[in-house]
Amino acid sequence: MIITSTFLYSWRWIRMTCQARQENTCTCRPCKPVTLKHILYGKLCTQTSLKTQYLSSFLYYSSSFSSPLLLVLFADMAIWFARSRNIVFSLRHNLNLPGILIKRDYSPRPAFTNSQLSSKSSVFLDSFTSLRHESTAVEKQLDLVQQSDEENPDQELDFPGGKLGSTSKMKFIPESSPLRVPCYRVLDEDGRIIPDSDYIPVSEKLAVRMYEHMATLQVMDHIFYEAQRQGRISFFITTVGEEAINIASAAALSPEDVVLPQYREPGVLLWRGFTLQEFANQCFGNKADHGKGRQMPVHYGSNRHNHFTVSSPIATQLPQAAGVGYSLKMEKKNACAVTFIGDGGTSEGDFHAGLNFAAVMEAPVVFICRNNGWAISTHISEQFRSDGIVVKGRAYGIRSIRVDGNDALAVYSAVRSAREMAVKEQRPVLIEAMTYRVGHHSTSDDSTKYRAADEIQYWKMSRNPVNIFRKWVEDNGWWSEEDESKIRSNARKQILQAIQAAEKWDKQPLTELFSDVYDVKPKNLEEQELGLKELVEKQPQDYPPGFQI
Amino acid sequence: MASLLGRFCRKLVVPGSAHGSRMTSTTACGSETVKSLNLYSAINQALHIALETDPRSYVFGEDVGFGGVFRCTTGLAERFGKNRVFNTPLCEQGIVGFGIGLAAMGNRAVVEIQFADYIYPAFDQIVNEAAKFRYRSGNQFNCGGLTIRAPYGAVGHGGHYHSQSPEAFFCHVPGIKVVIPRSPREAKGLLLSSIRDPNPVVFFEPKWLYRQAVEEVPEHDYMIPLSQAEVIREGSDITLVGWGAQLTVMEQACLDAEKEGISCELIDLKTLLPWDKETVEASVKKTGRLLISHEAPITGGFGAEISATILERCFLKLEAPVSRVCGLDTPFPLVFEPFYMPTKNKASSSSSLSSPSKNTHFLIHGFSRLL
Repeated sequence: MIITSTFLYSWRWIRMTCQARQENTCTCRPCKPVTLKHILYGKLCTQTSLKTQYLSSFLYYSSSFSSPLLLVLFADMAIWFARSRNIVFSLRHNLNLPGILIKRDYSPRPAFTNSQLSSKSSVFLDSFTSLRHESTAVEKQLDLVQQSDEENPDQELDFPGGKLGSTSKMKFIPESSPLRVPCYRVLDEDGRIIPDSDYIPVSEKLAVRMYEHMATLQVMDHIFYEAQRQGRISFFITTVGEEAINIASAAALSPEDVVLPQYREPGVLLWRGFTLQEFANQCFGNKADHGKGRQMPVHYGSNRHNHFTVSSPIATQLPQAAGVGYSLKMEKKNACAVTFIGDGGTSEGDFHAGLNFAAVMEAPVVFICRNNGWAISTHISEQFRSDGIVVKGRAYGIRSIRVDGNDALAVYSAVRSAREMAVKEQRPVLIEAMTYRVGHHSTSDDSTKYRAADEIQYWKMSRNPVNIFRKWVEDNGWWSEEDESKIRSNARKQILQAIQAAEKWDKQPLTELFSDVYDVKPKNLEEQELGLKELVEKQPQDYPPGFQI
Repeated sequence: MASLLGRFCRKLVVPGSAHGSRMTSTTACGSETVKSLNLYSAINQALHIALETDPRSYVFGEDVGFGGVFRCTTGLAERFGKNRVFNTPLCEQGIVGFGIGLAAMGNRAVVEIQFADYIYPAFDQIVNEAAKFRYRSGNQFNCGGLTIRAPYGAVGHGGHYHSQSPEAFFCHVPGIKVVIPRSPREAKGLLLSSIRDPNPVVFFEPKWLYRQAVEEVPEHDYMIPLSQAEVIREGSDITLVGWGAQLTVMEQACLDAEKEGISCELIDLKTLLPWDKETVEASVKKTGRLLISHEAPITGGFGAEISATILERCFLKLEAPVSRVCGLDTPFPLVFEPFYMPTKNKASSSSSLSSPSKNTHFLIHGFSRLL
């Protein structure tokens, strides 16, 4: 009886492991009308790995004399192993919940290899989604992409990119999945942590600091916007609605990480220590502006803070970030490049170039896309037909995640994890932070012309990232009304002072018009400078005051 | 093609901006080891030296790993490793953008664009980013370590997309430098200067000369200064200005003119941006006539800039209008290439070069045969 049961187990296991068996298309021996002869020969189904083949041989041949119960156990384990390798793997990964996010064991990939995406990383993605979402539809949709159930393992094809299974059934991969990629969030709209969330805990000190910066950013946005409306500065861009992305992402990075912004992330610079006076100086282009008054307001840059200077062209920073990341990798620094882009910017060619280069060069870069729904007046429905930006990661072989950009804790956890991955594994990571652009594109825009005012109101009032985070911080007893009014009035006072001072100061000396075009002024610029000086001295009334000659 | 030799020794002066490169004295060139090399070998040598002398330098682009489609990068990947010399995906904007990122972090990035005809996708990165990187940041950041190399110019059978001379587009961009060598010896020195120059440089290599031009090239590390034009042939009747492969054509025109008793002064501009106005000005003040020649189409070509500047500075000394002998205003044709090119007979028959003694009869009509 023992022998028979063992025999039956191995027999069952063989049949179960062969998926093609179900379609009656399998041609390997155990699945064809099998006789005892086939099992005796030990020639097994080619679906199963070599390991399990040996295991089965062991099972068969030892079934007659070893402990049968143990063997039965073995057979069961083998079944699990062969059929559900992925699930077992993910379970192992997840054994340390919630330590999963704090203590991760990423085996560092060897640098400079051109190996393809290891199965581990796709498993990680699978396990992550299967973790939180019981919907089997999600698993199914991933399976659809990973493995066609019509694959014929006997007809493995060899092409320059590696081995592929083939299929005789013509099937197109659908243009979209039945379910969109879900959005990772930790806080609900009332600022309460959703039960059983994965997240990296944030201390009181950090949380309070984060909130203070978000509030300061709000006040800064408001006052500078008004200053532009009053004609005191020529232009401004606000971050209203995206404060969580700005501050929480900055908080998750280390000061050595090099930031290449688009233009709606001044919160990152604020977090790193750029003073309100420095912001004001750049907006007024006065003599203290680090940028020497050459660019429009909000084009901040600071080498002290590892923050590249903002430039207006969209997405040009993405391939540059790949180069920066590669440099950090070559210098073996414990740092990565972090770069930001909006939803509109992902349509630019430089997005494709940047992600592809980062992936091929295995550069430690974190790409953060702020999907705020609008590129000036162009809604995302007019921008792309894909499920947002997160799905594009896979096209480049880049790990990606979609996160609720209005949830500071989620953003913090995601960016922190992505940064660790980028540095430890020397690979790029893509984060799509979903949010809404509450403000206008800039002071040159009036968004009520192309979108409903109540849409803007809804996001401003009910989905406000600052309010949500404040609720959470208050619920923890770390913040009070008093603190609130204090931070806001302090910020307001400081910003107003900074603006008043910046406005009064002189502009840059005229010679700064001609310097820094090259490292050393060439002859033609020396001549032009002389010519201009003469002219200005002769006709000073035709030129604005405040520029020392 | 005739090789341009002999008088280069007198101008091998090395600037003080070198990063520890060895200097060569002008008179010592005879005693230094030289080797007969063609253009691509000279470029190759320069790249070897550049990578050797700066451990933080990189060479990359399409197909550079195996040596490149013109063999300019042979041996580099084997010697310096695949992390420093590597193939990139087929994406010029990515190549230059990646290079800018590397350069901004203090590295030297020598990127290759496979043909100058394909540089346009990178134009935004070059003009809006590389050229303005230092200026817009108030000198907090710079990408001076970036050098973009691209084969340019006619090759005999290149047609629209393997023959272009796009230097004029780049000469209009403050913040970058544009350098074009005329021969192997010049190429090695100019390329090393470009790589070590603290500003982004676009370096166009005349592909016609990759194999055709052979010259004695010193084996050691030497640099030729940028923004210094060179008078490679002295004369008194007319000044000819050109760059790159066109100088070999102009040299022939000079020899032909000499037979008719016209003494020509030939100047190699070498650096087009910022260009050496003083040398050309001094020469024109001496001769009173100027002829500029380039392969690129005449309208809006860099010859127009030289012409306008010289007119401003030397108007009263000019005895004839400034002449431009350039490519036609058409896309670069395939079967019509011999007709398109500004050949030596076009130069010779241009009004400036024919009968300089009859200076009152110079008619612009001479130009109509070219245009």
